[in-house]
Amino acid sequence: MATSSPVFEREPIVLPEGTPLVEFKDVSIGFEDHTVLHEVSFTVARGETRIILGPAGGGKSTLMKLTNGLLLPDSGEISVFGRNLAEMSEREIFALRAHVGMVFQESALFDSLDVEDNVAYRLHEDHVPEDEVHTRVVEALRFVELEKAIDKFPSELSGGMRRRVSIARAIITKPDLILYDSPTGGLDPITSTTIIELVVKQRDVSKATSLLITHRLQDAFTLATHCWDPNTNHMAKIADGSLDPNTKFLVLNEGKVVFDGTTRELTHSTDPWLKAYLE
Amino acid sequence: MSLFSPEAYAKSAVASVQEYSLLAGRALGDIFSKPRYIADTFTQMDSIGFGSLPIVVLTGFFTGCVLALQAAVSLKEFGAVGMTGRLVALSMVKELGPVLTGLMVSGRNASGMASELGSMKVSEQIDAMRALGTDPIRKLVTPRIVATVFMLFFLTIISDAMGTAGGALIAVTLLHLNGPAFFHTAYMSLAYGDVVEGLTKPLFSGFIIASIGCYYGLTTTGGTRGVGRATTQAVVVSSVLIILCDFLVTQLMIGIFGR
Repeated sequence: MATSSPVFEREPIVLPEGTPLVEFKDVSIGFEDHTVLHEVSFTVARGETRIILGPAGGGKSTLMKLTNGLLLPDSGEISVFGRNLAEMSEREIFALRAHVGMVFQESALFDSLDVEDNVAYRLHEDHVPEDEVHTRVVEALRFVELEKAIDKFPSELSGGMRRRVSIARAIITKPDLILYDSPTGGLDPITSTTIIELVVKQRDVSKATSLLITHRLQDAFTLATHCWDPNTNHMAKIADGSLDPNTKFLVLNEGKVVFDGTTRELTHSTDPWLKAYLE
Repeated sequence: MSLFSPEAYAKSAVASVQEYSLLAGRALGDIFSKPRYIADTFTQMDSIGFGSLPIVVLTGFFTGCVLALQAAVSLKEFGAVGMTGRLVALSMVKELGPVLTGLMVSGRNASGMASELGSMKVSEQIDAMRALGTDPIRKLVTPRIVATVFMLFFLTIISDAMGTAGGALIAVTLLHLNGPAFFHTAYMSLAYGDVVEGLTKPLFSGFIIASIGCYYGLTTTGGTRGVGRATTQAVVVSSVLIILCDFLVTQLMIGIFGR
């Protein structure tokens, strides 16, 4: 059984009551005269799972990179863990990212490192003792049910397996915020469901806040209607057909927020564009 | 079809120089602060230094051979074939050793760095590295600059030695000169300033190779075709800058040592 180490465990970020974990205020960004996001505002509370929907090219991945400080906005303000990213130095942003896990659209695994070293990347950077690193990697890979692939290289893995390794790499330090950039993009329906099951498991086991981009509406609604059942070790429909209260939606179209609210509000929206999109 | 705009071209050129300067400045600054990636630096030293040894040895050796052959033809007219050692040693140590080693290492390593970092850039591995809390300049660029500068210095010494050995081989076997006399004239011809000049050049060349290779790698756009373009540009630009820098350092050293 793995034991937690004081070296490995990060102190969770403590915020004043009511302070959102992520806050966008009138954020705009463009590339070469093309506006990608236009005055986007929303907040994500601690423990919330925010699903970001919208047509391709609507600025969803850009929004994710802005949240992690990988891009800086042209105007507006982005606060993560209560701190304005524009007022932080590059070094402070690198330190902040230690509390954020990110799953990239194409996994972005380091192709010259094997699965163990990919998952252990952050622990190696923190100079965690090697035996503890191995224990933690096995634990993270067990979570994504990929222990047997520990010695393989990314090129030897399928798309779904790469995505699962990417999730293991993102969650190994138990981050306070997890960013999933299209974790099911390009995967077949069965593999997509496996990945969504992992996201549900991570959400309900660690209670971490997360932002998730998806193009598949069924994935989004699976997240809203299912919870993790530790007895069966599978996700199950929430009893009485109710909805997960912490799962909310943000819908972007052509760089603008067209919806920000709960699952029920989304399904009952009378907005014609939104209704057409959901159909 | 859009027309060529000199203004847009000038702006883009200035922006590139600015971007390169910032990258090079930050990479150098990172040497003096923690965290330092010592293991990565040694890995790069092995790859750049030891890996380049065969091409540097062969290039240096055959350049020395050719120098001795060519020199002998001209020196014969003046009855000064005995000065072949002097000519080979001075040419190798002051000029050909540093420049040819720089160009060979540039062809092998600036391209390697640009393609490796370029592939990482287009497959989002650089972004992933940043997202995982690691500064890619500190982790990828600084170790490459330190390793290239350090190893190119020693590779140049090896190249100089191999060139002189190649010249000696030709002098003894084909020109029928006296071996010890060849080495004696070679040794006596070299002054302190010549050696300083020859060993200053690789310090600049090493910096140019690594910083240009990394710059083009980290600014790669446009998928696999972009990686190919970045690789070509890295080799072309670093080779031109090595020769330009060679000219400037030679001028400076003539100013300092008077030869």
